Amino acid sequence: MTIQISGVRKSFKRRGHAPQDVLRGVDLTIRTGEFVSFIGHSGCGKSTLLNIVGGLVKADGGSVAVDGQVVSGPGPDRAMVFQNYSLLPWLSLLKNVRVAVQESRPDWKKARVDEMVERYLTAVSLWEHRNKRPGQVSGGMAQRAAVARAFAVAPRTLLLDEPFGALDALTRSRLQQQLVDLWDSESETETVLMVTHGLDEAILLADRIVVMANLPYPSVRTVIDVPIPRPRHRTTVVHHPAYDAIQKQLVDLLIADNDAERVGAGAG
Amino acid sequence: MTPRDATPSAVASATTRPTEALPALASTTDVTVAGQGRPAPPSWLAVLGARLLAFATAAGWALVGLAVFVALWYFAARGSTTVPGPAEGARTLGDLLSRPFFNETNDKGIGLHLYISLRRVFIGFGLAALVGIALGLIMGAVRPIWSALNPLVQVLRPVSPLAWFPIWLYILQEAAQAAVVVIFITALWPTLINTAAGAGAIPRDQRNVARVFRFGTGAYLWHVLIPNALPHIITGLRLSMGIGWMVIVAVEMLQGNSGIGYFIWNSYNALELDKVVAAIVLIGIIGLVLDTLLLRLSRWVTPEEVHG
Repeated sequence: MTIQISGVRKSFKRRGHAPQDVLRGVDLTIRTGEFVSFIGHSGCGKSTLLNIVGGLVKADGGSVAVDGQVVSGPGPDRAMVFQNYSLLPWLSLLKNVRVAVQESRPDWKKARVDEMVERYLTAVSLWEHRNKRPGQVSGGMAQRAAVARAFAVAPRTLLLDEPFGALDALTRSRLQQQLVDLWDSESETETVLMVTHGLDEAILLADRIVVMANLPYPSVRTVIDVPIPRPRHRTTVVHHPAYDAIQKQLVDLLIADNDAERVGAGAG
Repeated sequence: MTPRDATPSAVASATTRPTEALPALASTTDVTVAGQGRPAPPSWLAVLGARLLAFATAAGWALVGLAVFVALWYFAARGSTTVPGPAEGARTLGDLLSRPFFNETNDKGIGLHLYISLRRVFIGFGLAALVGIALGLIMGAVRPIWSALNPLVQVLRPVSPLAWFPIWLYILQEAAQAAVVVIFITALWPTLINTAAGAGAIPRDQRNVARVFRFGTGAYLWHVLIPNALPHIITGLRLSMGIGWMVIVAVEMLQGNSGIGYFIWNSYNALELDKVVAAIVLIGIIGLVLDTLLLRLSRWVTPEEVHG
């Protein structure tokens, strides 16, 4: 399932400000089975791009096609995990996952629905907490439920918008591992697009890292390959010869962007 | 925990603190733990005592307020032969309540009048709740319908519901039915507007979830729209009931031969202002009871913890 992003443009108008060209003609091809991370400073449009691929936001120009089919709206073939968990607060974790599966896969029989719900709630070790409501569990548990919900609808592509940003370091690394395990397992999910702020997270998880930038640079500054073999582990990945070079490259790019932004702000 | 519970339990923990000093002597490390940690949960007897004390304090001040009011009333009405004082009002209230449901050709007990008025309010309010909630949800959820109806609502809302009375009296030819319709109109706006506001303010996260996972109309209604709108709906219903109960008195004073408003106007015509005073007291108490019931309902349906 190739995702073809071609010439995607998006600008936001704010009252009293010049329109902000957030996405300035993005071209990107994501191959089936790839894990791609998007990194960049706030305002560079990485979340907007993800939302356009997800169909939640309409592009001003250009198109996104999945296996040749132009994306016209959201759907369970591109399930999303949002930054703020986005569970329905009045439903138990079980019902949150169940309702999503039932609604997005109306053709599935009850047995299939039950099996998928149980499989993924178990995979994120929430089965015994399934009857708790989101307000009764920690942020990490809530986000695990959101991850389970996304996997349980059997999406070919998974879109993650800074999914672990609000979590503490320990919980985050545990969830990163669970995410990769689920992706590696026999789940239908092949391709993952993930917006992140974390350099280490991007290197640990991704096959390719898309570095995005604000003006005066083009939206997609560079795409960096991560040639570190899988399975990767966060304690060993840092010893790989390629790790330091990639990290240095990322830091340099992000600092350069930050400096350019400051000069721009000073001039404006 | 409702905020109401906070004060008594704070009082309770303060009363149990002296017993806390004993284990603190055990060791130096325990001193800091006992000093900074949470005190042991107070016994139920202490909680009960503290609650009783808090209740007695509140009740005491309420009595003070009432006494001042009655005293002012007493001095204001002293010497007048037509304006009743507190004693006269209380006596009449007792008389009226001694046989509330008598029913003669030209005269009815006050309980019967109150029952008639309550019935009208409940019918009008019930219909307004049905229409207001349904229409409000649609208005909140569907932008074009909001745009179509909102200007109309904003123009009609500030109109005194009594202004509709002549039209409906002419159409229906019957004061009792026209009164119900006026209550319906009165009670419609707060429920409609609050429901629409609640249904129109669905968090973006939840809307995105519903879109990505392709929620059908039923799932969207039950799991997203109604739970989000519910606290607003209840607020609207409370407001609707409140003004419905106010307006019914005015409507019944205008025309008709039954209901508490009619009773008040009839008493005025017979220059029995003591009966008016008694009616005011009863209307106030019933209004308070109605509001308390709806408040209970709102506490019951509002989820304790809303997350994300």
